[in-house]
Amino acid sequence: MHASVRPALSVNLPPIATSPAARETSAVLSMRMTISKVNFFYGSKQTLFDVSMGIATNKVTSLIGPSGCGKSTLLRTLNRMYEIVRGARLEGEILLDGQNILTQDVTSYRRRVGMVFQRPNPFPKSIFDNVAYGLRINGSKAPISEAVEKSLRHAALWEEVKDHLHKSAYELSGGQQQRLCIARALAVEPEVLLLDEPCSALDPISTAKIEELLVQLKDLCTIVTVTHNMQQAARISDFTAFLLTGQLIEFSPTPQLFTTPGDSRTEAYITGRFG
Amino acid sequence: MSPGLRWRKFVSGFMLTMTGLCALVSVSVLFLILGYLVYHGGTSISWNFFTKLPAPVGESGGGMANAIVGSGKLLLLATLFGVPVGFLGAIYLAEFSGGTTAFVVRYAADLLNGVPSIVIGMFAYSLAVLPFKHFSTLAGGFALGLMMIPITLRSTEEFLRSVPNALREASMALGASKWKTITSVIVPAAYRGILTAILLAFARVAGETAPLLFTALGNSFWSPGWHQPTASLPVMIFTYAIAPYDDWHRQAWAAGLVLLGLILVINIVARAILSRGMAVPRS
Repeated sequence: MHASVRPALSVNLPPIATSPAARETSAVLSMRMTISKVNFFYGSKQTLFDVSMGIATNKVTSLIGPSGCGKSTLLRTLNRMYEIVRGARLEGEILLDGQNILTQDVTSYRRRVGMVFQRPNPFPKSIFDNVAYGLRINGSKAPISEAVEKSLRHAALWEEVKDHLHKSAYELSGGQQQRLCIARALAVEPEVLLLDEPCSALDPISTAKIEELLVQLKDLCTIVTVTHNMQQAARISDFTAFLLTGQLIEFSPTPQLFTTPGDSRTEAYITGRFG
Repeated sequence: MSPGLRWRKFVSGFMLTMTGLCALVSVSVLFLILGYLVYHGGTSISWNFFTKLPAPVGESGGGMANAIVGSGKLLLLATLFGVPVGFLGAIYLAEFSGGTTAFVVRYAADLLNGVPSIVIGMFAYSLAVLPFKHFSTLAGGFALGLMMIPITLRSTEEFLRSVPNALREASMALGASKWKTITSVIVPAAYRGILTAILLAFARVAGETAPLLFTALGNSFWSPGWHQPTASLPVMIFTYAIAPYDDWHRQAWAAGLVLLGLILVINIVARAILSRGMAVPRS
């Protein structure tokens, strides 16, 4: 299939509605988040251009693209983490469950959208206290130790750490630390979990464990992950968005994007001709 | 072996010896001072030294109990005043301030750090002694506290800045407010460094004499409360060392030894506390 015979998606329209396969599925899918016409600026430098897409409930959505394409920036707009950078500015609208996220109180909003970062970043506290942190700062009334166990089980880490919960989190391996960070994010029961290249600092075995985990976790919450690893996006995600120089080039169900890309630039990227 | 390689090996060996020697000199200064103090003052240290008031000239014996307690009171006041100001100021600098404010405050703190202690003494004298028309422990503590502010501020700021940004992000992403992030993640992650900074400031002012000459003055007797002039170890050392009596010279050495001992003990205790808890590993 050539790009010339399949019209490229217009980046200005919500692509889900224009991609034929997506149209079929969108009828039965509910959207947890909707991003419409988002433009993003660091100072005077624009890094996202008119991005519109939906994040399907209880699915894994991957953002792929070469370095500097804006995929991490897009991810950081979803939990408003961009706001801690001076001079960052967002135009457009992002909805979570139909409500504009930009008008909500930022701290209570971030509790609903968890985030896991590129490098494992546990706090210099015990394994237990790391997971309990989010519960404690939110003044959770629920019994904390049960919630900690539940989150560690969800993150497939419980069996490995249950006998030394009070050891420093830094005694864990890199892969375990990253799963601990996932457990820490899950503890506050977010509706959406954002992951910013969660495996890029990990070895292949740890990576495989996290990938397996993410697929299981989608029953629990909606997942958005940034990755520079196309095979990973293909393995774990239901939908994939391809970004290039701040523009959303293509957004389709994952099998479609990787087998029959609608845009020549997508095809060039996934076949390894650049990036 | 080629001549070039032989030369490089020689230079390498020579530099290694030099760095080792310089390290040795740095360490031996401390031990020389300690040894010298023990040699001259060790014999004058007795139980009386810690429990008795200074004896009048001509009488042997006597101690410096009032100076030891006085120094303790002065340092307590200085810590209560200087550490919170420096610490909270450092949090503002490291976590909240923008480029220009931070630059100005940092620069001012560095200048304040460089102000000669005798000038600090004059300043405290005009502010805390003249209006009340008498020397006091409070004025002495104020002067020493002023000196602790810039040291605490600058080093605490450095340690807060060395906490990886990833921890701030992790906390904020969980819905923690900025203030909550600082109190429950950033400060605990940096607390060893911060305590070291406070200790350095403490040790630095513990031996200050000049600011106390104008403020706490000195006292041959006990100083009840906080509004009277008080004796302190550094001023005692100064007074006794310049006096023409051999007995007083020995007492001055002993006072020096006690002062150094107190600082060392506080250092060791604090470091023992520091070794508990979890630190952020260096990446």
